[in-house]
Amino acid sequence: MMNLTIISEWLSHYIAAEVAFYAELIVIAVIYLSVFALLGLFLVWLERRVAGFFQLRLGPNRVGPMGLFQTLADALKLVSKELTGTSKADKFLYKLAPYFVIITALMAIAVLPFSGELQAFDVNIGLFFISSVSSISVIGIFLAGWASNNKYSLIGGMRTGIQMISYELSVGMVVVTMATLAGTLQLSELVALQKDGWFIFTGHVPAFIAFAIFIIAGTAESNRTPFDLVEAESELGAGYHTEYSGMNFAYYFLAEFVNMFIISAVAVVIFFGGWLSPFGITDNIPYVGVFWFLFKTMAVVFLMMWFRWTFPRLRIDQLLTLEWKYLIPINMVNIVLMALLVWLGLTF
Amino acid sequence: MSYIGDIINGSKTLLTGMSITGNYFFKNLFTRKDVITQLYPDNMNELKMFDRFKGEVIMFHDENNQHKCDACTNCEIICPNGSIEIVWERVADPETGKNKKVLLNHIYHLEMCTMCGLCIEVCPADAIGWGQDFHHVTRDRADLTKVLNKPGSSIMPGVKEKK
Repeated sequence: MMNLTIISEWLSHYIAAEVAFYAELIVIAVIYLSVFALLGLFLVWLERRVAGFFQLRLGPNRVGPMGLFQTLADALKLVSKELTGTSKADKFLYKLAPYFVIITALMAIAVLPFSGELQAFDVNIGLFFISSVSSISVIGIFLAGWASNNKYSLIGGMRTGIQMISYELSVGMVVVTMATLAGTLQLSELVALQKDGWFIFTGHVPAFIAFAIFIIAGTAESNRTPFDLVEAESELGAGYHTEYSGMNFAYYFLAEFVNMFIISAVAVVIFFGGWLSPFGITDNIPYVGVFWFLFKTMAVVFLMMWFRWTFPRLRIDQLLTLEWKYLIPINMVNIVLMALLVWLGLTF
Repeated sequence: MSYIGDIINGSKTLLTGMSITGNYFFKNLFTRKDVITQLYPDNMNELKMFDRFKGEVIMFHDENNQHKCDACTNCEIICPNGSIEIVWERVADPETGKNKKVLLNHIYHLEMCTMCGLCIEVCPADAIGWGQDFHHVTRDRADLTKVLNKPGSSIMPGVKEKK
C-alpha cells in the first residue's frame, strides 16, 4: 500500500490503529470494486457506440446523456434475471467458474499504477504478477466449457485452451523483451524510467515490433473479435458461456471488457510511459496522471475496437499458424535484437 | 523470401482495411453526415421514408378525383390471404350502350395484408401502389379496413377494360 496509507492515517484518528489497517483494506477494496464495475459498464457503452459509428449508425443514444446509462439499464436487467442452468451440469464447477474469471480480472487491476500516488499494490514483480494472474482466468473459461455439459460450450472451452495458452507465450515474451530494456518488473519503476522518453521511442525498432506483437497477442488474450473463436456466435452459439444467464453471464461479459482494459493498461505502462504526460507538461501536479493514464489506455482500447470492427474472424488453423509460425519466431529474434541493442548501448 | 513478403503484404492489407473503416468512423464522429439511423419519435414530422418502403397499399388519384381502376379484380384474385374485396356493378356506357364494369368500393383489409406486393405487380393499369405511411396503430380493428377509392371518385377516361 504505497501512498494510499493516507486513508489508514485518517482513520486512525477515530479508531484503533490495528482496526484502521483492516478498515483501510476494506475501503480500498470497495473503491476498486466500484471502479471495476463502472469501468466495465463504460467500456461496454464505448464498444457499442464505437461500433455504431463504424457501421454508419449512432449506437445507444436514448438512456441518459449520449446513451451513457444504457449499459447501467442492461446491467439492472441482468441482475433481475433468473439464474438458469442445465440439469445435467456439474453444479459446483458450473457455479464456481465465473468467479475465477472475475476475481483474476480484479486482482490484475490492483497493481495498475493509475498515477504516481494512486496504486493499491506496488509489488516488485508487477508485470510477472499480471501475466500469471490473468493466465488463471483460462481455468474459469475451461471450467465453464466443461461443467455446462453442452457440446458448444465444450468446443468453446477447448478452443480457449489452445488459443489463450498459445498467445500467453507471445505476451510473456514481449514482457521479457521490455524487461530487458527496462531492467525491472515493478510497474511504478517502469513508469519512472520513462521520464526522459517512452520505451516505444527509446527502444525504437525492437520496441515497435514488440508493441505490434503485444497488441495482436493481447487482442487474442482477451478473446476479442479477430480471435473470438472461443465464442464464435455463428458456430458455437455463445461458446463457453452458452448455458449461463443473468449475473453469471454478466460476470463473463464484464471480465472480457475489463481484461481488454488491463491489456491496454499494461501496453501503456510498458510502451507509452504510464501516467506520465507527453513532454512532462503536467508531471509536477499530483493526481493529474490519472487523466493521462486513462486517456492513453482508452486510445489503445480504441485501437482494439478498431480491429474488432474491421477484421474477419480467423480459422483455428490460421490462428495457430499466426502464433507458432510468425509471432513466436519474430519474438525470439526480437529479444536477441533488444538484448544486443541494450548491450551495445544503442537505445536512446 | 516469401515469409517476410507474407508479413509485409499481410500488414499492408490489414492497414488498408483499417483505413477504410477508420474513414467511416471519423467522418461519422465529426460530421454525422452519412449516419443512416433515424431518431424516430423526434423527427416524426419531417421523416421521409425511402422510396421502396412498403407501408400500405394505396390507390392513386389525380386532381380531378379520378383513379385508374377499372375493377378488373386481378388484385382480388391474386391476393393470397383475401385482403382485397372489390365491389363493382355493370353500368351501360352512354356512348356505345354496352355494359361496362364500374368500381364502387375497393376494400382493403390492412389487418390481413402481409405486404407481399402481388396486387401491385399484377395491376394492369398501375392503379394501386405503395404508400409510405406506417402509423397504423389503432384501438379498433375495424379502422384497418379501408376503402381505397375516395368517395365520389370516378375512373379516368382512356383506361381500357381488360378481359
